[in-house]
Amino acid sequence: MSQNKIVVPAKVAKLQNAGKKTNRRRQPNRSRIGDFGIYLLLLIVALMMAFPLVFSVCSALKPLDELFRFPPTLFPRHPTLDNFSDLVVTLGQSWVPFSRYISNTVMITVLGTVGHLLIASMAAFVLAKYDFPGGKTFFNVVVVALMFNGYVTAIPNYLLMSRLGMIDTYWAIILPAFASPMGLFLMKQFMEGLPTALLESAKIDGAKEFRIFWTIVMPNVKPAWLTLIIFSVQNLWNTKASTVVYSEAKKTLVYALQQIQSGGIARTGQAAAVTVVVMLVPIVTFILSQSQILETMATSGLKD
Amino acid sequence: MSQFISKYAALKRRNAEIAWDKAKHMKVCYLFLLPYAILFVAFYILPMLTSIFYSFTYYNILEPAKFIGVQNYVNLILQDDVFLKAVTNTFVIAVITGPLGYILSFAFAWFINELPRWIRTAAVVVFYAPSIAGNAYYIFSIIFRGDAYGYMNSILMNLGFIDQPILWLLSPEYIMPVIIVVILWMSMGSGFLAFVAGLQGVDRAQYEAGYVDGIRNRWQELYYITLPNMKPMLLFGAVMAITQAFGVCDVPMALAGYPSTDYAARTVVTHLFDYGYTRFDMGYASAIATLLFLVMIFCNKAIQNALRRVGT
Repeated sequence: MSQNKIVVPAKVAKLQNAGKKTNRRRQPNRSRIGDFGIYLLLLIVALMMAFPLVFSVCSALKPLDELFRFPPTLFPRHPTLDNFSDLVVTLGQSWVPFSRYISNTVMITVLGTVGHLLIASMAAFVLAKYDFPGGKTFFNVVVVALMFNGYVTAIPNYLLMSRLGMIDTYWAIILPAFASPMGLFLMKQFMEGLPTALLESAKIDGAKEFRIFWTIVMPNVKPAWLTLIIFSVQNLWNTKASTVVYSEAKKTLVYALQQIQSGGIARTGQAAAVTVVVMLVPIVTFILSQSQILETMATSGLKD
Repeated sequence: MSQFISKYAALKRRNAEIAWDKAKHMKVCYLFLLPYAILFVAFYILPMLTSIFYSFTYYNILEPAKFIGVQNYVNLILQDDVFLKAVTNTFVIAVITGPLGYILSFAFAWFINELPRWIRTAAVVVFYAPSIAGNAYYIFSIIFRGDAYGYMNSILMNLGFIDQPILWLLSPEYIMPVIIVVILWMSMGSGFLAFVAGLQGVDRAQYEAGYVDGIRNRWQELYYITLPNMKPMLLFGAVMAITQAFGVCDVPMALAGYPSTDYAARTVVTHLFDYGYTRFDMGYASAIATLLFLVMIFCNKAIQNALRRVGT
């Protein structure tokens, strides 16, 4: 254990230094003092940003008596996984098997994200790269629609879905997610940066629009669609959908977990554990795709 | 006059013909757009138009809507003093957190972009984590808890700044600053992430060319090279910042209670939620949404114009 502690920072420090050297060579307009100031600022703000997250992880590891200690402490004195095992016990008692909640959420998240990615990128591609009548207007409408409040459209939305017979089905969650304006907007903004020459050369080579889209545009905007996946996963994972889905067996994971969370003082520890569990998937998705973004950007051949 | 009108009509018709001709040649574009367009119109445009229609009616969800003209708007502007309070609060929040959150998102994305790769990933995660973590802002209700168990009170009391706990979330004079801090904390959201991804795409060769051309410090580099290259993402970030700044609702409701003391944390969207889902006056709620919508469109236009001038 102690060996690990020594080895890892040394390794990281070495990598940092290696990175810094190459960075400095690439970026001539940087003063040493400025760099130092920025690093310091970043460090301070990063601590502030991270505090509540550290806090929630620490709370989840605290035994019940420490949660109510005065003066309050940040780090648990006797860290324990009791809260998590209690959570598992509570989950085992629910009459809908817990795996059902998980599979519901996973299905909604995966289907919704894949569909949204495909449909929104196709639309974004023609909006960004072709000048056709109505295209600009359509895009402006999408941007404007971002600004209309979701609470008031919930009722007309419900009426429409009940007409279509989609209430109490997953479609009521997935189909609106397909057309989320934010994803289209993001994709379009990124695709605008693609050099038109790239598409024209493909066209001269005889590629049809779908082929251009699939083999040239999509690989080149990988950072955009990874970003879109992050947004979409985050959004769908956290969806409670309690207004459009009624059967207990179709409820989502977050909904089930929040039922536990509202169990009062006796469940404070479990509630803290729930917060950590709910946070986990979006953060892991994010870390995976984030490293991908940085990876692909460094090597992409996207130059005008 | 009639001559003018007929000429104008002819011009319009000619334009429409040209557009139709062009459209026929670009059928494939519409095919690409079609799946999205259908879903978008069905689940976003139709409900939006319906809501705008409801804003001219009395509609309590149970009975059919009754048309009452602009009565909702008249009541809203002339009689509802809580609404005025909500508007003031929303503007204070929007004016402070909107631009500040936007600038901070860009600044931190830019700073992070220059970090060595290993720390960079970690830094992006740390900065973006508050917006990822769903309702992690609940933690602030513990930090700012009104009794001596709250972290803020505990720290201040131990240091001797105060001798009795402050009711951060219940006393009107502290609610707004606390909420603004929490919203700023959460402001590294979608815009920030788009900036991070966008900054990676700026061509390195342009910086080198800039260096040769006499750019001498990081600020010139930012203004003449980075910002112009980032325009699409800046626009995206701006729109996101507007929607977030004007749409503040969950945070005050979760932290300051609902309704909050003296309506000190009442925002336009909280007000809308109150009328739509507590009093079931959907017509009135729709009127609030429509007004807010118009204000947001106006802000968006103003910002788009400002961004067009960047780096020129």
